[in-house]
This record gives sequence, structure tokens and C-alpha cells, in this order.
Amino acid sequence: MSFLQNVGHWLPQRVVSNEEIGALLGCAADWILGVSGIEERRYADAEESTVSMGVAAAQSCLQSAGLNADAIGYLICSSGTAARRFPGPAVSIAHSLGCAQIPAIDLPVASAGALVALDLAKDLAPRYGRVLVVATEKMSEVALTEPMERGTSMLFGDGAGACVVSREAGSLEIVDSLVASDGQFADDLALPFASPLNMNGRSVILHASRKIPRAVEDLLSRNGLTPSDVSAYVMHQANLNLITKVATSLNVPIERFFTNIARYGNTSSASLLIAASEWMRTSPPASGQYAVFTVFGAGFQWGSMLLRAV
Amino acid sequence: MSQRQDLILQLVKKVSKKSETPSPDESLFESGYLDSFALPDLVAELEEQFSVKIPDSDLSPRKFDSIERIEAYLDGQG
Repeated sequence: MSFLQNVGHWLPQRVVSNEEIGALLGCAADWILGVSGIEERRYADAEESTVSMGVAAAQSCLQSAGLNADAIGYLICSSGTAARRFPGPAVSIAHSLGCAQIPAIDLPVASAGALVALDLAKDLAPRYGRVLVVATEKMSEVALTEPMERGTSMLFGDGAGACVVSREAGSLEIVDSLVASDGQFADDLALPFASPLNMNGRSVILHASRKIPRAVEDLLSRNGLTPSDVSAYVMHQANLNLITKVATSLNVPIERFFTNIARYGNTSSASLLIAASEWMRTSPPASGQYAVFTVFGAGFQWGSMLLRAV
Repeated sequence: MSQRQDLILQLVKKVSKKSETPSPDESLFESGYLDSFALPDLVAELEEQFSVKIPDSDLSPRKFDSIERIEAYLDGQG
């Protein structure tokens, strides 16, 4: 049995409004809001990296949990925007935190990465004690790569989230999880080396709007639950219209879906943990209540995780 | 327009909330009848009205880009 012990996050200070990015892309601020639900996003400055943001999020998480770096037995870093091919951010984050010679691995999975990491951490925690999951993304570098495309570039923001998965009791028990992939559509959402992001938005939305509800319903069904039994959903903050569509498919009030995409945009894999961190701080679930985390992204990879408040 | 094309057209109008009639070979995306969020609704309507299960492996937007293409896809499903 594993538990989500604590969640933290970090965001750059610089706020980029729809007016600012719209002027750059040649589109209206209201159009961005209408097609995405995004009002603003955060951009890291030149000195801020996936490593520095990941370290800041991890420190926030560890400090609020009252944990020192030597309490961590394993580190998993999710990032699709690492600064180099290898080594990835994981070892640098572990070193910066002062985690002494623990295993530290990278998952370059992009948007679904945090949940894939949580799925692994759930199984690693009984062996390693506490697993630190970090998801950190500098998507502004992707968004601002020429040639920019308005429907893609306006979406993204920077940030990082982190959480500790422990074999010791924490605030949320990880009950079950389900992850999947389908490489048939790998080219429909891809970031090639030294090229702009390639995104077939129609394909992404078509698959996401069918696979996410199915992943949630399958996970709940095998645990004897239905979507209405879940008090809170935390979904990858890809697009507010997609989140609304998933809520409709599940026949769940949109109010049960925590959202912060209006303020931060799509921060790829970081978005799940940033949202989970804010959700835990602003509206923590009562004991016994169920929550579902769910994601979809490049690959395609997708999944869901069922949690129960302790 | 065939009877099958006419039913597809009604479904396109339903999800697009448009009353105009696209020609059978007109791109539904380029002409504004479909966008990313209307396409999943159209696929769900096609599954229900034509009693077919469209597998994930067939979920390529190009297959649903015109009434003719949709008809050809459905014809291939038997």
C-alpha cells in the first residue's frame, strides 16, 4: 500500500497575458480565452531551468511535509523539455536537493508523465520508502520556437510540481491506477529535436475526449465505483473545453473538476501536480472521499489514478 | 445525395449547430462545420445512428473530413 504524502509546486513570477501573447501571434485575447479557457500563463526567465524549477517545487513539497532530503529513497523526474539529451534533470535535481546517491530517473513522457511517474512510485515506495516525483516543464521555449502557430503557442506555460509517495500513511491512499499507450498516433503530438512542436489538435482532442473518460470508468468499475462516487477530479490542464467535455462524458458536474488552467495555461506534465497541490491546499477532501487524477498526452499515453482521503 | 449521405448531413448539422448544407466533398473542417471539439460528438453520433463501433485505430480526423469520406468509411464497415 502506498500513499500520497504531500504535494508542492513552484511557478515563475512573470505573468504573460493573452493580450501579450496574442500580439505576438496575431490573434485576439478573447479568441485564446474562448478556445482554451486560458487567461494568462507564467514564463520562466532565461536563468530558470527545468532543474531549478523542479528543485524549487521539490523543496516546497519537502518543507511543507517536514521532510529532509535524506528521507527520500528514489527520485523520478517527468519532463518533456529537458535542456539536454542526457543526463536528464533527475540527477541534477537530486544533487541540488542533497539526496545522497539515490536512484534518480527521467521520464520524457510530456503531458501524461506525472501520472506515469506516480504509477511507478506507487509500486516503488514499498521498496524504497519515500519516492519523490517531480514534474517540471519549460514549455515557453517550445511555444516561442519559430515558426510559431497561434493555436499551439498560446497554450503553454512554465512551472513545476512535486509530491512524495510513501509507504507510510499520508493524506491520500493510492487505491489503484491505470496507464496505457498507443504509438499509432505518436506523430500527432511530438517534439522533434531542433524543430517546433508538431500537434494535430483534432486528433489529440478526438482521442483524449474518448480515452480519458474510458480510463476513468474502467478504473472505477474495477474498484466497484462509478464517476458520481468521486468527489474530486484533478485532470491534466490541457484545455478547459476538453476538461468540460470529459466531465460531460462522465456525467459529473464540472464543479468537481479542479481547474487552474485559466491562470497557468498548459504546463504539460507539471500541470497535474501543480493542480493537485493547489487542490490539496484549497479544498482538501474529507476522510473517506475519493479523488481521481487523470491525464492524456503525447504518445499517445494516458491514464487515471484512484485515491482515497485517509 | 444518397439516403446515407443525407443522414450523415443531419448529424453534421446537429453537432455543428449550422443550418447550411455542405457539399458532399467539401471539407467539414475547412468550411467551419467541424472543429476539434465537435468531431468527437460527430463520431459518437455516427456510432449510435449507424450502430457501429469505431475503434480507436480508425480515429483519424481525415476519415471524417467530408460527407463523402464519412460515407466511404461507413461503407467499409459493412
